[in-house]
Formats: sequence, structure tokens, C-alpha cells
Amino acid sequence: MKVQPSLRVDSVTVDFPIYNANMRSIKNQFIYHGTGGRVGRDAANRLSVRALDDVSLNFDHGDRVGILGHNGAGKTTLLRVMAGVYEPVRGHVWRQGRLASLLNVSLGIDSESTGYENIVSRGLLLGLSPTEVEERTAEIAEFTELGDYLAMPAHTYSSGMRLRLGFAVCTCFDPEILLMDEWLGVGDRNFVEKARRRVDEFVERAGILVLASQNTALLKRVCEKGVLLEGGKVKATGPIDEVVDRY
Amino acid sequence: MAATAPAPTQPESQFTLALFDLVEGARASHLWGRLGWQDIRRHYRRSILGPFWITISMGVLVAVLGTLYGGLFQVDMAVYVPYLTLGWVVWTLVSGFITDGCAAFVSASSIIQQARLPLSVHVYREIWRNLITFLHNAVIFVAVAMLFTIWPGWVGLLAIPGLLLVCLNGVCVGIVLGIFATRFRDVPPIIASVVRIAFFVTPIIWMPELLPERALVPLAFNPFYHVLEVVRAPLLGEVPSATSWLAMIGFTLVGALVMLGMYVRFRWRIAYWL
Repeated sequence: MKVQPSLRVDSVTVDFPIYNANMRSIKNQFIYHGTGGRVGRDAANRLSVRALDDVSLNFDHGDRVGILGHNGAGKTTLLRVMAGVYEPVRGHVWRQGRLASLLNVSLGIDSESTGYENIVSRGLLLGLSPTEVEERTAEIAEFTELGDYLAMPAHTYSSGMRLRLGFAVCTCFDPEILLMDEWLGVGDRNFVEKARRRVDEFVERAGILVLASQNTALLKRVCEKGVLLEGGKVKATGPIDEVVDRY
Repeated sequence: MAATAPAPTQPESQFTLALFDLVEGARASHLWGRLGWQDIRRHYRRSILGPFWITISMGVLVAVLGTLYGGLFQVDMAVYVPYLTLGWVVWTLVSGFITDGCAAFVSASSIIQQARLPLSVHVYREIWRNLITFLHNAVIFVAVAMLFTIWPGWVGLLAIPGLLLVCLNGVCVGIVLGIFATRFRDVPPIIASVVRIAFFVTPIIWMPELLPERALVPLAFNPFYHVLEVVRAPLLGEVPSATSWLAMIGFTLVGALVMLGMYVRFRWRIAYWL
């Protein structure tokens, strides 16, 4: 039997060390130690910013979760912790199931490589195997509608074309857990409707969706549950409508 | 619905995670292989000869320096030019491992902050990129060897384990320096100047035979001398000294231990320091 995807965040705390130019220099550390802490006193004042404070969340198969919060509330950090980019300072994250984090659509697009080559690189960076990428290349190529441009280096592309390429690769597979920082969109007028359908289907297939956004109308449309972050703490959880009201 | 969530298991230890990262990273050769090539290509974008500019510039360099210093040191060209070529080619590899190692994590920060991949991938990428350059440079040695009709014979095969040891050390150095340079941003300039000095005190342009007897002792304490010897000597038809072999094996063991210790301790912090 296939194991259901799940995602657990268990009392996670994340502190970011703040290094100004002084802290990062060995010289200052050296002076600090060499002088018994007198000269480089400020080197010892380790500043840190608490981005997440004792956050516990539990997501199961079928959950559509919207994360709300003002700028700096910790939305992106939370997504990155869930994605495994940051290992929390305290607490643990358990994830089960294939996870995809779409934090930046155009990650890894190399302007000297052709469109086809970029499809492969991007796919591999997303965690697909070489065979999986190969199987999907034709479908991706067709979706982008870039035609012969795909055989040309990406520096010949307009920004809209790059976006199409990145978008097509990102949405070509079926992650069980999908993390998104803002909704995927493509500005191109003729492409918008097609892209919108594709994202809807893509999100539909994911077992768990976690979407961070400030667009409450979007969150109400897509999500059922909501999590409100404030200053790195979970302020409220519950049905999306209630959480949006508190926001 | 909630019942489907499995009971959380005990979290993996940092040691397991670090080992897993190193092994999984090495297995992702489709990824670092591709990214390494991409780096080389980007460097020579839109040039007609592409990466073969590496080969050509090495050829010109060896021709010019070979004539100049061969004459200056009054050494037979048939001995000096192959020696210089090999020394330079291997040195380029070694110094590339060191300087690129410093940038391994920093230059991959956009990937590290987006995707959950083994961090060691970025070190393997940099090692592979330097190996590609090395292979392009090695073409010049083949040409030089043909020109001076040098054939190392079976001894030449000893260069293969030598090169393997150099690469293993490259991985260790890449991870250790990568961590240091991510945390302390003035490590790269320090390392760059150390590497520059090392170039002059290591027999690459000059030959140990040219030194007076008393100067040979400090040479044995130059780690770079042994690193070069295990690859250079076999290809020139000589068996590297036992000292060089032992030194290299020692570096590899110590390097692996230091690397592992640091990786276990600091691997998870790298993303925070970027």
C-alpha cells in the first residue's frame, strides 16, 4: 500500500545569525581572542534574529494550507524549513513523500544553454531523475510553445519566454507535497489561461499543498486551512475563512 | 485523515546525515557532471574553439616558459619542457581545487536556498570542473611527450592512483575550505595568497636537482611537492619516492577525518551562513 504523504513541523525554532562585516572577519576574531576581549568587544555581541519561534504544525494527505502573514512574519523561512533547506536550530521536521518547493520559478536557467538543455538542468535540480526528465521533455517543449527557440540559447529569450520555460518544467511532475511561495503565474496574455489551468491541475494532483501568500482572495479560492504567522509565531490556525478574517 | 500520519521516528544523527549527504551527493553524478560542464561552457561562451582555449593557452605558456627557463637553468630541453608541462598542468588542477573549493558553497547559494540537495554536490561539481580543465591541459603533455619521444612505460600507470589520491584530497579540501569561506568571508583572499606563494616554493618551474644539498631538506616538508610528485614522476617514467606516497596517503587520511569532523559539525549551518 502506498504510504500517504505527511508533513510535520514539531516545535521548530529558527535563529538567523547576523554577521556584519566585522563579525565575518577572522582578523576581528583573532584580535578578540588575542586581547582577552577588549579591542574587539563588539565581536562577541552575537546578534541573531528569531525567524520562527516554537512552530508546530501537522499536515496530512488532502490538506490545502494557506500561510498568511505580513512581510517578515516568517512565511518564506517556514517554507524553507519544511523544504529542508534550513535544518531548524531546535525542533524537527518530518516529511514523508516526494516534496517539491517552488520558491523561484527561474532557478537554474542558464542563459548560455539552449532551452532543451535548460529543461534538463532545471528538472534535475528539482530532483527528477535523468530518465524522468527525458520522458517529460517532449510534453514540456510542447507546453512552452517556444518551438524552434528551444534549440537556441536562453539569452535570446524574452523574459516572458524564460518564465514560460521555467514554469513548464516546474509543473511537469507530480509532487506529493508541494510548497509554493506565491502563486505561479505567467504574465503573457495569451498564455495566462493555459497556465492557470495547468497550475490548477498541478495543485490538484499534489497530496499536500502549502501556499504562502498575502493575496487573501487567492488563498480563499485554493486553500481550506489557514495558518497565520506573526513575528515567527503561529498566531492562528483553522479554516481559511476564519484565519483570513483575523489577518 | 489524521490517523494516516505515521508516528515520528527518532531524528537522524548529524553523523548519519553528513555521511548520507556525501554519498548521495557523489551518486548524483548526472547533476554535478552536468553543472560542471555548464560552468566550463559558460566560461568560453560564444568562442569558436570553446574549452580548447584552455589547451591552446597552456601550449603557448609551455612553449614560451620552456625556452626561457630551460635556457636560464641550462637544462636539456628534452628533460625540462616535459617536466615543466606536467608540473604546470598538475599544479593548475591542485590550485583549482583549493581556490574553487573556497567558493563551492557561496557560489551555489541560489541553489542551496531553494532546493533540498546534498550540499556535497556543489563540491563534486567544482572538482569535476577542474578535472575537465585538467584533461584539456593534459593534451599538451601528450603533444610534448610525442615531440620529445618520451614514453613512461608501465610506471606511467602509477599516475592513476596518484591522481585519484589528489582528487580525494580535493574533495576534503573543498568541503573544509568551503565551510570556512562561507562563514568567514576573508578566507578566499588569504588562501589565494598562500597558493601564490606555494607556487614559487614548489618545484614546478625549477627542478629540485638544481638546489644545493642543504635546501633539499625543507622541500620534503612542502606538502605540494609530494602532491605533484605522485602524478608527475610516474608520467616522466620514474617511481615516486616512498616518502611522497606515504605523505599523500597521510594527507588523505587526515584530510578525510578533519573533513568529516567539520562536515558533521557544520553541514547544517552552511545554509544559514549564505
